[in-house]
Amino acid sequence: MDMLLSGIGMLMNFDVLLALLIGSIGGVIIGAIPGVGPAVAIAILLPATFALPPLVGLVMLLGIYGSSMFGGALPAILINTPGTAVNALTTYDGHPMTQRGEALRALGLAYGASFVSGILSILALILLSPVLAKIAPMFGSKEIFLAALLGLVLVVIAHRGQTLAAGMLAGLGVFLGTVGLEPLKYTQRFTFGQEWLASGFDLIVIVLGLFALSQAFLLLSEPESAPETPPIKGSMGRAMLRIFKYKRLAVSGSGFGVLMGMIPGVGEFTAQFLSYNYAQKTSKNPDAFGKGSPEGLVASESANNAVPAAAMIPLLALGIPGEALTAMMLSVFYVHNVIPGPQLFQGQIDFVYALYAAMIILNVIVVLFMLISSNLLLRIIRIPTRFLGVMILTLSFVGVYSLRNSVVDCAIAAAFGWFGLILKRQNLPAVPIVLGLVLGGIMETKFRPAMNRVSVFGDFFERPIAAFLGFAILCLIVGHFASLYREQRNRQPSPDHDMHDSFQR
Amino acid sequence: MFQRNARPGELVFAAGFFGFSVLLLILIPWQTQWVPRSKLFTQPAFWPGIAIIVMTLFSAGHLFCVLCANRLPGLAEELAAWARALEFVLWFIVYVWLVPIIGYLIATIAFTCALSFRMGYRGARWMGLAAVFGLGVVVLFNGLLGVNIPSGDIYELLPAGALRSFLMTNF
Repeated sequence: MDMLLSGIGMLMNFDVLLALLIGSIGGVIIGAIPGVGPAVAIAILLPATFALPPLVGLVMLLGIYGSSMFGGALPAILINTPGTAVNALTTYDGHPMTQRGEALRALGLAYGASFVSGILSILALILLSPVLAKIAPMFGSKEIFLAALLGLVLVVIAHRGQTLAAGMLAGLGVFLGTVGLEPLKYTQRFTFGQEWLASGFDLIVIVLGLFALSQAFLLLSEPESAPETPPIKGSMGRAMLRIFKYKRLAVSGSGFGVLMGMIPGVGEFTAQFLSYNYAQKTSKNPDAFGKGSPEGLVASESANNAVPAAAMIPLLALGIPGEALTAMMLSVFYVHNVIPGPQLFQGQIDFVYALYAAMIILNVIVVLFMLISSNLLLRIIRIPTRFLGVMILTLSFVGVYSLRNSVVDCAIAAAFGWFGLILKRQNLPAVPIVLGLVLGGIMETKFRPAMNRVSVFGDFFERPIAAFLGFAILCLIVGHFASLYREQRNRQPSPDHDMHDSFQR
Repeated sequence: MFQRNARPGELVFAAGFFGFSVLLLILIPWQTQWVPRSKLFTQPAFWPGIAIIVMTLFSAGHLFCVLCANRLPGLAEELAAWARALEFVLWFIVYVWLVPIIGYLIATIAFTCALSFRMGYRGARWMGLAAVFGLGVVVLFNGLLGVNIPSGDIYELLPAGALRSFLMTNF
């Protein structure tokens, strides 16, 4: 309890609260603009936070991360265009409700579900923290290596219908992390004798290229669009309170979000899928799903907003990011000399509580902002897409150039931006590259000490957590092949990746 | 896993990625070193080798699937779209090149106005918006947040004094 109070005390500082306010409101606005999204915003702002104190920089980016999905629901419901990729499922039921004249009800339910799940997921984390503090120190080199490998396997097989592409892109990420001077024998790897390659590829440069610059290039090279939307009329507060009619679904969606968010490499899409399926199967009116069902909307929004808090578990406890945004957050931690992992829970548990408290406050700020700002946000989402491209390109420069004032970094980011554009046009995911880069580095670092005490293969799995993780990896791979075999046998084609465009946003 | 339809350009992408992976695989002996009397997992080539083998195997599988799939028409249009985006890569590089010469403020306002003009926003209102946006970005990041962007050579032409120092620090 003392640590919890100490953590809350760390937040009671003008700079921290201001950063939280800016991050939370900025996140909603960024999430509401289709084509920007939290990855672009965090990538651009990341270098700007380097000069700030650790907690100030972190809560600002945490604000963007935690609040963008609130904003992303607005265009998903009103103009059938998700503000962020994870709001795609919201369009299924949210937009038909708008077409029926129930826009206010849909927005109220979406915001209400997001708020309830955001708070529930953080409370779950606070309750889980003492358990984490006990379990995290049991993770040695072998366990962290296996947890990182598990994350990589999950991120590959979670891309159903694109497993091979996800695997090759994850491999590319691991390879990119090995380029440059290696720290053990001090030899150069794949530098081709070029001095500018000796320090390797910077994560932030690649992230800015793949997420921000690629989006700018895509917006600039595609036809213009500027959506028109009618204003929202009525009491948003009353609309939000209607979420209590669907409290069972909000709680179950939060549960799925927390569970899936905790597993590296899984994330919002799987949580939403499970929550939506559960809601449909237990509904009295399952045929309405996909045609404007409030239950479907609540299931989708509650699951996706529970994930950001839960995704902080593997990041904080083990230093293992589960998706691209937490990978970016990891680099912020490192820059501020906060090393996530078991020692954080032992030595700086008050800092962890401060982050949890910040997440609760950001949810409250966002809901208060949403009560009064939906019509203001409608004006912001009308920014013409090509002008938005100009804005993102200008802001991306700050992100890349301010790192090391290097023209080479900018050229590398531009090259990855062009590569990211091709990935987006091909509807292929960029996330496996980023996770491969981060998790590959962790795996290489941990594998050497882990192997030092291994004489036969079985030694690697002699400790219970390592054995459990190894068994989980094996089960996932076998299970994946078994499901592929069943699909072929039952002649049920796996989802064709032409059927969705979630990676083009 | 086995797609029924391949997007236009997917074959080019898959073949290019596979070719790149094979090239890296061939280059391993020249681009990494083998250190004598060291265990396999401590060799500098170990992790790049694993990564490239993963890339090669998965990209070979991906290419095979694309070859087996029904390829949708529109290859030329897709390749043209990839090439069209290179124009904006060039815009970005020119902007990066200009900043250390003419300074962050002038380069940013010139960039936002010129690119907005190129994208069809040609009225006085749009030019004004582009200029205000450029100014806002510079003031926010360089002036208020103190982001590390060096001053342009152009400011060296100004007479020494407070104004020059102010411009060099903030713009």
